Amino acid sequence: MGYTLSEKIMIEHSDEDHVAPGDVILVRCDVVMANDVSGPVAFRAMEQMGATKVFDPNKVVMVSDHFMPAKDARSAELQTRLKEWCDDQGVTYYGQGRGGIEHTLLAQEGWVTPGMVLAGGDSHTCTYGALGAFGTGLGSTDIAASLVFGEFWQTVPGTIQIEYVGAKPRFVTGKDLILAVIGRIGVAGGTDQVLEFVGPSLSDISIDERLAVSNMAVEAGSESGLFPADEVTAAYLAGRSDKEWSFQHSDADAEVADRLRVDIGALPPLVAKPHSPGNVASISDTAGTKIDQVYIGNCANGTMTDLRQTAEMLRDNKVHKNTRAIIVPATQSIYREAMKEGLLDLFVGAGAIVSTPTCGACFGGHNGVMGRGEKAVTTTNRNFKGRMGSGEAGVYLANAYVAAAAAVAGELIDPADVTAGAKV
Amino acid sequence: MRIEGPALKVEGTNIDTDVLYPGSFLNIDDPAHMKAHLFEGLDPGLRDELQPGTILVVGENFGCGSSREHVPLAMKAWGIGAVVGQSFARIFYRNCINLALPIVVCPDGAKAAHSGSLVTIDTDGVVTVDDGAYHVPPTPHFMQEMISSGGLVPWARRRLAATDA
Repeated sequence: MGYTLSEKIMIEHSDEDHVAPGDVILVRCDVVMANDVSGPVAFRAMEQMGATKVFDPNKVVMVSDHFMPAKDARSAELQTRLKEWCDDQGVTYYGQGRGGIEHTLLAQEGWVTPGMVLAGGDSHTCTYGALGAFGTGLGSTDIAASLVFGEFWQTVPGTIQIEYVGAKPRFVTGKDLILAVIGRIGVAGGTDQVLEFVGPSLSDISIDERLAVSNMAVEAGSESGLFPADEVTAAYLAGRSDKEWSFQHSDADAEVADRLRVDIGALPPLVAKPHSPGNVASISDTAGTKIDQVYIGNCANGTMTDLRQTAEMLRDNKVHKNTRAIIVPATQSIYREAMKEGLLDLFVGAGAIVSTPTCGACFGGHNGVMGRGEKAVTTTNRNFKGRMGSGEAGVYLANAYVAAAAAVAGELIDPADVTAGAKV
Repeated sequence: MRIEGPALKVEGTNIDTDVLYPGSFLNIDDPAHMKAHLFEGLDPGLRDELQPGTILVVGENFGCGSSREHVPLAMKAWGIGAVVGQSFARIFYRNCINLALPIVVCPDGAKAAHSGSLVTIDTDGVVTVDDGAYHVPPTPHFMQEMISSGGLVPWARRRLAATDA
């Protein structure tokens, strides 16, 4: 009996010769990451442990992104704490003007290569699965122990294999690929499991879109969402990382908990309605819903791919008079590339506002939170009650085409209709 | 290990950590100050029902979403004695283990309990709700040991001491 990709990664990163789902093992980390919210809580735990130094300063990275730039005195102090700790420990710190949203940033900066284990003080650490790495979200005390020992305890997860077949229709993106899965298995359907994405369609799915897919694995309750590395991965990593890695995939005879086939060619653009990422419907079922705010950005969908899709909708169009639009490039480097490409000018010209990289309103922190009775369409990953502000606001999760189309129409609308309208 | 206390039932499935502790309060890093915001997005009135040793009884997939440890830290700060649920999201579950907050999956017991029920947990595999006993798989050895020895912080202290010796 063979092993799944995640089991192979577990064996390589532990003292175990054999693992099976349910085993509790210690897993070695290649990278430990935390942010301005989870980091300072972890440092407290680390002090209580009586530890003064991290296991390896080269394998630790901290990112200020949640309350970036500081929304108040307390969040400013958290960021100062993070920076001073990093300076003291000699570890990499991405602060204001130098980084961006942690997951997009770490992928972009070459911290992630296939086969790695990354422990992150943020549930969306599963995003690194896009590059074939076992990234997994942990709480602050887990992060503290990982900082000290370079290890965390882990119950070996099983694997749900998702096979993508068919060709992507015009306005279907990575966001729809994962919403389709969550809609089918539910928000707890992946508990104690890794999602592994395979199939003939993958060669047509860019890393930007894979980031969007893996990012929401945790919304199905999963530990991580892995794309086995392929030529698309290799092309993305060329010039970003000189670390050695190999192409690995699950053995054909590996035991998986479940297999699921998703025909991408048959998918419409999808929307997750309030208040659950599992409350998935097609765009046509939700068309006509009035939208007060559009939010394009976050660790799932603030990439150049998303910004270009947004630009397709906003070019020669205006943001509807009853709708506000916020566009948040995920990193400084994306921000700059979008500027050079003229996208930011296009967005501002259309009546949107462009924010500097931040987690911002995605988690209801600041920078565009929602009021009572309002409805938003966002490219973010969670639409829990109150997630983006008021508990009486409603959030619709969708891809960047759908979000930008809603900005133009002032309501949920099939992006195909906007393009047609704009060209008339 | 045996824990006993009065139940406080938190109704609903897929109760996420955002409603248990909203994002706007994540700029707090001192557990003593997290306490005031527990249940803020769900029902702040639940805080008035808490007493030392309260056993929270919850539904399916409790604690889903964000990894914020603020939730179990605030629960500890209130003196909550344990959490019994129909099922849990993974990160919340492991955060509780790491903080030595006993957490037990017991679908039938969680359904049977109501606020005020007397709940007894034996981590070797029995949950008692009033007069009913419910058998559950024993908490895995590693996690039982983590909880009974005070959580991941003492575990790390011991490991560091062993390395220094």
